Amino acid sequence: MSFDFLQDKDRIFTNVYGFQSWDLKASQQRGDWDKTADIIKLGNDKIIEEMKASGLRGRGGAGFPTGLKWSFMPKEAPKDSQGNPRPSFLVINADESEPGSCKDREILRNDPHKLIEGALIAGFAMRARAAYIYIRGEYIMEAKVMEAAVKEAYDAGLIGKNAAKSGYDFDVFVHRGAGAYICGEETAMIESLEGKKGQPRLKPPFPAGAGLYGCPTTVNNVESIAVVPTIMRRGAAWFASFGRENNKGTKLFQVSGHVEKPAVFEEAMSIPFKDMIEKHCGGITGGWDNLLAVIPGGSSVPLVPAHEIMNAPMDFDGLKDVGSGLGTAAVIVMDKSTDIVRAISRISYFYKHESCGQCTPCREGTGWMWRVMEKMRDGDADIEDIDTLYEVTKQVEGHTICALGDAAAWPIQGLIRHFRPEMERRIREHHGDDVLEAAE
Amino acid sequence: MAETAAIPDEIETRAQWSDFAFTPENEKLAKWQIAKYPAGRQKSAVMALLDLAQRQVGADTKTQGWLPVPVIEYVAAYLDMPYMRAYEVATFYTMYNLAPVGRYHVQVCGTTPCMLRGSDDVMAACKNKGMAKGKTTPDGLFTLTEVECMGNCSNAPMVQINDDNYEDLDYDIMTRILEDLAAGKEIPVGSQIGRKTSEAEGGPTNLHAMVEENHDYRGEW
Repeated sequence: MSFDFLQDKDRIFTNVYGFQSWDLKASQQRGDWDKTADIIKLGNDKIIEEMKASGLRGRGGAGFPTGLKWSFMPKEAPKDSQGNPRPSFLVINADESEPGSCKDREILRNDPHKLIEGALIAGFAMRARAAYIYIRGEYIMEAKVMEAAVKEAYDAGLIGKNAAKSGYDFDVFVHRGAGAYICGEETAMIESLEGKKGQPRLKPPFPAGAGLYGCPTTVNNVESIAVVPTIMRRGAAWFASFGRENNKGTKLFQVSGHVEKPAVFEEAMSIPFKDMIEKHCGGITGGWDNLLAVIPGGSSVPLVPAHEIMNAPMDFDGLKDVGSGLGTAAVIVMDKSTDIVRAISRISYFYKHESCGQCTPCREGTGWMWRVMEKMRDGDADIEDIDTLYEVTKQVEGHTICALGDAAAWPIQGLIRHFRPEMERRIREHHGDDVLEAAE
Repeated sequence: MAETAAIPDEIETRAQWSDFAFTPENEKLAKWQIAKYPAGRQKSAVMALLDLAQRQVGADTKTQGWLPVPVIEYVAAYLDMPYMRAYEVATFYTMYNLAPVGRYHVQVCGTTPCMLRGSDDVMAACKNKGMAKGKTTPDGLFTLTEVECMGNCSNAPMVQINDDNYEDLDYDIMTRILEDLAAGKEIPVGSQIGRKTSEAEGGPTNLHAMVEENHDYRGEW
């Protein structure tokens, strides 16, 4: 155990468990809204430079550098056909629906003022006129807290006209979704904000050119925005002192599944998997020999078998090296009692349920893949069907407007890559071929 | 689909709901929602207004509420948008009920993280109380739906009943919750095994100073 665990003083989300109040007064005692105007007086470019230097990569799954994303926003407001300047918008993605993810919820209900302050600083840096916080519909209590926190911030003059006495006018609005996973995709979220079905748009044009209401828009994850005030106060160098090169900072990890004590916690990036589970989750159910596989970044990423994940650093590059990804750092742990084919089949059902129906490969493919996965569960198939299934996942992957098709394909590819013998065993057993197996 | 509840006959629905209008209180909330969006973009509020309308129907019928066609028409007219655009939204998003539901809409999460920690048992507890997926119990008390990931994965398995989440469940706890709801008893929301939120069971592994007091860590930077 050589890993330097994150110390409490270096945690950004100090009220992540909600032991203390989320309200403005308590948040200010913890350090939120402390001389925000001074940060804004640094100017747009300085803030973006600092964010670039911090090495913060987007916390919503794709891991795109946050500072760089902001720099794509126009410096001069583009004109509409009548020659009037178009406003810019910041959209904060709180549509947390990726199976395994439950971190944004803790920020929304326990530390909402970090998000509002972050929205102001980020919005100012990218020259946005307002921020919309898109909260998934099922987070009903969380949205209530967020609405109340926004009202508190308005009443205290922290947002609105001359926000926090910075001389900048900035509004923050809360928009509730109504139960559609796809709205977590940035262009689907923009469609949904405009009052339509959440079906992703073709890119280009990218949102930074034409997003919400046709205006320049940046969509950022809740965590990416909520860490901004602390990074600005403590400096880019502080944030960049955690994690490996290209994988800097601290991160909220969410562990679910077969561990002794599932939990959400903030840790330094690049923490080795085993150390993380030992320290924060009390180990694997039934001990380390009982570990079967891990889905390390939410349901869209391929699973990693036990022996490969054990010492893998939990960061973007470390998990890419084992054929998976960090995603939202939603770690789903599966021990040897798991019916692995069923676990992945249930994820296939999820994608079938959540496909928006716009692109044929996804609309038809997700249903087909789920039905075949259900057959694989009890082996009611032929060995060649595994290859056909793999072929179909390859036909869906990369042939859709958004990444939902890829997300539906990857878990199945991961299963076939690592657990093909188990799938074949079930098929043989179903056919009553165990004699043949013994002869081989 | 077999699991989908039947939408009532339109003639009946029209007879009952054709004069639907927001209550003065909801009217105020509707105006507040519309004001969040730029002038001329009132359509953006359609999701919020459909939710509001569904809640009002729920209050009238003492259920979680649903969206009869005349109510969707009312919302569309309210926002000056074609009915079909509002109907598209109502059918696309799963939280709008297109058919009546019971007093309590029991939404059991069945996605993999909950499945791994025993959502089958939670579902079994519901079925043992006479519920079936997509159906309302004859007494009108419970409607059972299996939903997709609700984002409470570190507190799995969980159920959302109307607006409240109940987390860290097992068969016995779920049975008790259903019995208490039927008996009209108050049930604490959130974790059912004494966790505050998503800290490790038995106490957090970090940020101990925050448990007792609102600790300011800035002095230690």
